[in-house]
Amino acid sequence: MTDSFFKMLGISQDQLVLCANQTLYMVFVSLFLGSLIGIFLAFVLVLSRKNALKENRFVFSVTSYFINILRSIPFVILLVFILPVTKAIVGTRIGTTAALVPLTTFISPYLARLFENSLLEVNPGIIEVAKSMGASTFEIIWHFWLPEAKGSLILATTIGAISLLGATAMAGVIGAGGVGDLALTYGYERMNSTLMLFTVIVLVIFVQIIQSVGNYLARRARKV
Amino acid sequence: MDKNRTFLALDDISLDIEKGDVFGLIGFSGAGKSTLLRMINALEVPSSGEISVDGKNLASLKSRELSSLRKEIGMIFQEFNLLESKTVFENISIPLILQKRNKEEIESRVNDMLSFVGLEEKALAYPRELSGGQKQRVGIARALATAPKILLCDEATSALDPETTDAILDLLRKINERLKVTIIFVTHSIRVIQRLCNKVAILEHGKLVETGSVIEVFSSPKSTIARAFVETVIPSRIPDKIRHELEKYQGFYKLIRIYFHSENATDDVIYQINHSLNVHTNVMFASVTEIQGVVLSIITLQITGDEEDYIKATRYISSKNLSFEELML
Repeated sequence: MTDSFFKMLGISQDQLVLCANQTLYMVFVSLFLGSLIGIFLAFVLVLSRKNALKENRFVFSVTSYFINILRSIPFVILLVFILPVTKAIVGTRIGTTAALVPLTTFISPYLARLFENSLLEVNPGIIEVAKSMGASTFEIIWHFWLPEAKGSLILATTIGAISLLGATAMAGVIGAGGVGDLALTYGYERMNSTLMLFTVIVLVIFVQIIQSVGNYLARRARKV
Repeated sequence: MDKNRTFLALDDISLDIEKGDVFGLIGFSGAGKSTLLRMINALEVPSSGEISVDGKNLASLKSRELSSLRKEIGMIFQEFNLLESKTVFENISIPLILQKRNKEEIESRVNDMLSFVGLEEKALAYPRELSGGQKQRVGIARALATAPKILLCDEATSALDPETTDAILDLLRKINERLKVTIIFVTHSIRVIQRLCNKVAILEHGKLVETGSVIEVFSSPKSTIARAFVETVIPSRIPDKIRHELEKYQGFYKLIRIYFHSENATDDVIYQINHSLNVHTNVMFASVTEIQGVVLSIITLQITGDEEDYIKATRYISSKNLSFEELML
């Protein structure tokens, strides 16, 4: 049964599992790194903006422009544009691990903007309470801001994960593999529409799972 | 607004609030009362002038000293500002966590606070499961968890219905009396001042219009705005029916309003006027209200008869330390 199924697809089961693993590896490692950088940048933005705790126009503008510049580069171009950086960081220009550099560079500023929104949604009264209690900036972030924004931050991360899943398909350009690459090289280029259809289904399932898990975690964080 | 234009929210205000006071700051919206309140814990900083709390000039404090001073000052808000993601228990424990208290200490303190505000059974509830009054009780418990000396209340009852407001005001009185916490209460409702405060300052357009003990201000409001506020709880407008009758009246008469309170109302003033002077008094209407255990009666009199004796009568009233005002129809 499985044998005839994979014969129909034109690839082996191992190949499929490998590609799925590559995709998940790329999505989750770069999502993890991107979330860390993203939340850092988001806090720089919300803390340095006008009338905020650490108002600083220079820091705000520089960070904001930096994010905008990175976000204006289409991912396919970013992928090849930062190859020297990739080489410097991971020692090679190609492969799954090499793809983490452009993927993280792509998702960090995107998540930074989403997280910035989530943080700004928090009732400013909460920040005022924190200040009135004599909390330090770090305490305000840790005990007030993050817990209150948690649900919204989780949903933003979910959106980021799904964007990353889409971006990994292009990472095939630098030989990163993955389900998207499978669809392009084995499906599209070999005119294997059965495989194409199958990979699309796999990607749809991935997206559904990521979104459901994200919704569940956000609901739990919001205690609804 | 033009970035370089400064808006003067408060202008030339000098106030002394003493330990143990329940001090009301009242004014219409935009009067600057919340700004003034926020200056006490330096959430707002004045462009000039000085704020001292507990003998310390706020402007001279370093950020760490300011932080520790803020821990001595609790604050509650109109919109409660509870953390929606945390339980009632967790909300109240936050200021204690910030003070690095140990777990057992936090638990016993939070439980004490919960029973003080009467919410023991809501410890594990989330704020959205609570009514407005319950949320404000949590806010109060949170503000008092660290045993501050001062409690700042920013329109703390403005989002509550009248009954809940009364219950919260009773709780605040209890806090002032039992825990000896100085309370500073910003409000636009004179009713709140009447029920809660012993002193009051009236602000209008950023200026201090009138200040004094609540009984003083209620029994002899000097400014127009103070009169307008007092009018809303102690009606003094002449009813239309009486007004029509007075319009038909021929001959000399004056209308005066006298403010009696239980501390000055011992003399039989009206009787004396009627008997020793050639005038007659006619009570047009009266209202009675109780403020802080003092009964305040406001009586509007029509005085008829001799003009000279009317002047004598007013002198007599003044000599009895009663405040009064002449009314025009």
